Amino acid sequence: MTFGRPRVGVITFPGSLDDRDAIRAVDMMGGEPVPLWHADDDLHGVDAVILPGGFSYGDYLRTGAIARFARVMDGVRAFAEHGGPVLGICNGFQVLCESGLLPGALIRNRSLRFVCREVHLRVETTQSPITADLTPGEVLDIPVKHGEGQYVSAADDLARLEAEGLVVFRYCAPDGTIDESHNPNGSMNGIAGVRNTAGNVVGLMPHPEHAVDPDVGATGGQPLLASLLTQALART
Amino acid sequence: MTFVVEVLVTLKAGLSDPQGKAVEGALSTLGWSNVREVNVGKHIRLVLDADDEPAARAQVGEMATRLLSNPVIEDFRILETEEA
Repeated sequence: MTFGRPRVGVITFPGSLDDRDAIRAVDMMGGEPVPLWHADDDLHGVDAVILPGGFSYGDYLRTGAIARFARVMDGVRAFAEHGGPVLGICNGFQVLCESGLLPGALIRNRSLRFVCREVHLRVETTQSPITADLTPGEVLDIPVKHGEGQYVSAADDLARLEAEGLVVFRYCAPDGTIDESHNPNGSMNGIAGVRNTAGNVVGLMPHPEHAVDPDVGATGGQPLLASLLTQALART
Repeated sequence: MTFVVEVLVTLKAGLSDPQGKAVEGALSTLGWSNVREVNVGKHIRLVLDADDEPAARAQVGEMATRLLSNPVIEDFRILETEEA
């Protein structure tokens, strides 16, 4: 019996940093990684797309503000509008927020410090391409590494986000308890990741692609990428 | 005609301003303990060609909405415009 290998695009913007790790993680999890370039006219027929972490365009102006207008983003927008699974990690999350594909924005960490460590994430909903195969309340061990990961939103937007269940992950204690002492960046309501209303676009600050290989630490990224591959496969 | 247009971009009221807080702390360390609040924003200066000043300001307003600021978290104000 043979299984298809879903094709997962990984976009490289000038200043992307984690594109190689994302490509390796997709491969390790059984997908076929497809490198995409910021100036590409289309997404080369991929079944899912990842916007990786890094410092696109040097974080000039605002994180993700300039990458948002890269030519490949027209393809990402069209792909998202047709229900294609889109995952933004760290800087990729910032790009998706800037582009309006995800609600809210990410600003400088409240501590003003760059944080680089493992955190715990609580899964809040299965309505996203990376949590479809998980269970709400499940806790994952995953690293963060960012200076501008404080999730903010206008008060009424935040209320809507919560009411519609658009929060996908919150920072939590190892037992799943949500409290400020486990919030690494001051994000509102401990939000670590959100989705769009349709549920096919998701972004998060922590790095699932750094958490797939047991030889180098946490493996909380495995179920998330496995879920993405399942969703991608459903489109092949 | 050529115009110099300056735009001031600031974080929306109510959002935390970590940079402002850090500067506030540093000023207090330097002895200026009477400073109640500091906010850090961005100043962007553009030199552009336009038919007249209203056209220049209108274009900068559009550019500020689309790129120079993020309306989700920031407000912008177009400052005095001068002919270059």
